[in-house]
Amino acid sequence: MQFGLSDSQKLLQDSARKFFAAECPMSQVRRLIETDTAYDSALWSKMAEQGFTGIIFADEYDGTGLGTVELILLMEEAGRALLPGPFFSTVVLAGGVLNAIGTAEQKKKYLAPICRGERRSTVAILESSASWEPASVQLSAVNGKLNGEKLFVPDAAAADSLIVVARNGVFVVDADAPGVHIEPMSAMDLTRKLYSLRFENTPSEKLGDPAGLPKALDVATAALAAEMVGGMQRTLDITVEYAKTRKQFGKPIGVFQAVQHQCADMYLETESSRSASYYAAWALEENVPDAALAVSIAKMYASDASRAVGNRGIQVHGGMGFTWENDLHLYYRRAKASETMLGDAIFHRERIARLAIDSAARTAKSA
Amino acid sequence: MDLNLTDEELQFRDELRAWLAANLPKDWNEWREKPIEVSFPYLRAWQRKLHEGGWAAVSWPKEYGGRSASLMQQAIFWEEMTRVDAPPTANTLGLGIIGPTIIAHGTEAQKKRYIPKILSAEEIWCQGFSEPNAGSDLAGLQTEARLEGGDYIVNGQKVWTSYGWVGDWCEVVVRTDPSVAKHKGLTVVLVDMKSPGVDVRPLRQMTGESEFSEIFFREVRVPVANVLGSVNDGWNVAISTLMHERGAFGARLHLLFKRSIDRLIELSHSIQRNGSPAAKDPLIRQKLAQCYAEIEIMRLNQLRAFSRMAATGMPGPEGSILKIFWSELNQRLQQIAQEMLGPYGQLLGADRHAVDHGIWSYGYLRSRGNTIEAGTSEVQRNIIGHFVLGLPRSY
Repeated sequence: MQFGLSDSQKLLQDSARKFFAAECPMSQVRRLIETDTAYDSALWSKMAEQGFTGIIFADEYDGTGLGTVELILLMEEAGRALLPGPFFSTVVLAGGVLNAIGTAEQKKKYLAPICRGERRSTVAILESSASWEPASVQLSAVNGKLNGEKLFVPDAAAADSLIVVARNGVFVVDADAPGVHIEPMSAMDLTRKLYSLRFENTPSEKLGDPAGLPKALDVATAALAAEMVGGMQRTLDITVEYAKTRKQFGKPIGVFQAVQHQCADMYLETESSRSASYYAAWALEENVPDAALAVSIAKMYASDASRAVGNRGIQVHGGMGFTWENDLHLYYRRAKASETMLGDAIFHRERIARLAIDSAARTAKSA
Repeated sequence: MDLNLTDEELQFRDELRAWLAANLPKDWNEWREKPIEVSFPYLRAWQRKLHEGGWAAVSWPKEYGGRSASLMQQAIFWEEMTRVDAPPTANTLGLGIIGPTIIAHGTEAQKKRYIPKILSAEEIWCQGFSEPNAGSDLAGLQTEARLEGGDYIVNGQKVWTSYGWVGDWCEVVVRTDPSVAKHKGLTVVLVDMKSPGVDVRPLRQMTGESEFSEIFFREVRVPVANVLGSVNDGWNVAISTLMHERGAFGARLHLLFKRSIDRLIELSHSIQRNGSPAAKDPLIRQKLAQCYAEIEIMRLNQLRAFSRMAATGMPGPEGSILKIFWSELNQRLQQIAQEMLGPYGQLLGADRHAVDHGIWSYGYLRSRGNTIEAGTSEVQRNIIGHFVLGLPRSY
């Protein structure tokens, strides 16, 4: 039993960190957030060369064939760098769903180009109810045609294909198919843009067996929690550095316990989120019985913690933390978007309750 | 990262499981809620049994009666003890904190003299660190020891000594050189509590019981052979004790918390709230789920810390997050219990209407001490700020 990284995992973490530091510094992030889609084709090609776009998918679909723990490490580094654009939407969400429920033929057609870095995609789940409960989905396909609206769809304008969760299955739609209307939603996070989708008699192709959808979304949720850990770590690092150098009353502000204790709490929240997301990744990889519970624990904790870490970081920075010029708000905006994506803390606490409290009632009754 | 057990770990676990299946007492529930003065002989007997099976101190080297268990095996040990809801040991401080310090800093003669009786619970150990004027600022302690012939003569007062009422021996930090900087003139001595001049008085705490003691030392003779480590190096010896206290020692608490949340979840199905079981109340569900998750994260933080420690051999300052985490978590857990129980939450064990023999009213009051004992949350945050994050020292 070893709750630490293996040498090859450390190597991946290290090379991903160096890659993002070189290819996606904050100057690049700042440039991309001013664009419509925050997508950069040159950066995308470089990520594909690294094998990032196929990281957890099988060799037969041109994937890299690594495991969920490696995915989590990559996402943590992407989060640290505040990587803009459709990596999460394409690889983690769409790639994960295609891999879990597509037929072999569909994987060749839709997943393999994602792995090769040739195509981008996303998954549309939410509707006007904005509920992550699967039962809340209203849209359904009639004779293969979609009619209706999806909201809060990440990176849809950068996508070549759209994966749509409907009542009667999961469907893939060509982004330029007839009757597809993609409209930006103006939202806080500037690095991962949100869109509304409207379908009018849009032709679609049904993906294989939707039974694998919950597991695919669990992997995406754990990956998102790990990305949040990366954002928290960077926020902590920036803040500690500032507390060491910013002087007031003739001293670095980090000497004051009121400041130091905020930083200590940021550390506690970041490390605890990291423990939970690493474990969730491992549990998913190993298919342990409590994997879904572990995912909800990780996302629940990270959702609250990333907001708290951002709050503290901005507070420690004082007036500087409130400026546009300082990078903290970019992380803070991402944290808010990620907090609600795939279920916020309240949603996941309810899921934990179903798994841990309601099952206790069943045990009590059967005993 | 691989949380699957290795063959060796599996063998360790299975051996422990087999031993527990044959030796775990069946009547712990009848003793659990009795006052510790009453249950203490029971706990001693349980520890003796553990010791006979070689399970009292698995982390200790084989030559001193342990199993030289790896940190991961220690984690497995505590998970298994949690799983079967095993009683605690009697000599908690001896096994968890003071024994390891003696093994790390003691002479061979000291190890031979003290270690076997710590294991067998024949001699119970307590710890004399805090003083009325030296709490968080431990290095400011005033209990002094002057050399006279072959003995140190100890004078002073210690406070908040756990197990003082039953202690046979005490690990005491004393000032041996008042002329140097406060950290530098300290020495750790092992004091026989039956020595003339040692006066133990119960310290009544806000729960009404006296878990801790005050110890007064008046002209107490301690042979120089009882110095642990080097003279005037007591700060380092004490720090290594405190690291154990904040590190691996915290793992044992998971046992208690897991039991508490399981019981709260069980209670939530019978306690009524707004005309239906509390388990159906959305607010209570949210709070129980939060607590359940945090108890799991506490376990995971511990496992990660163990993995880190496995590389360095010593608990690091990261242990401070474990202390903050568990102490504040228990306060939240007790608060949820109170919210669920409503007016029943305040009932003491003596009341015939009390839920679970009053453990929740007791736990609520007792948990206030959690963020104070073993290093206040403020001190722990200072440690993280300075030693982990590298911020300038604030004190």
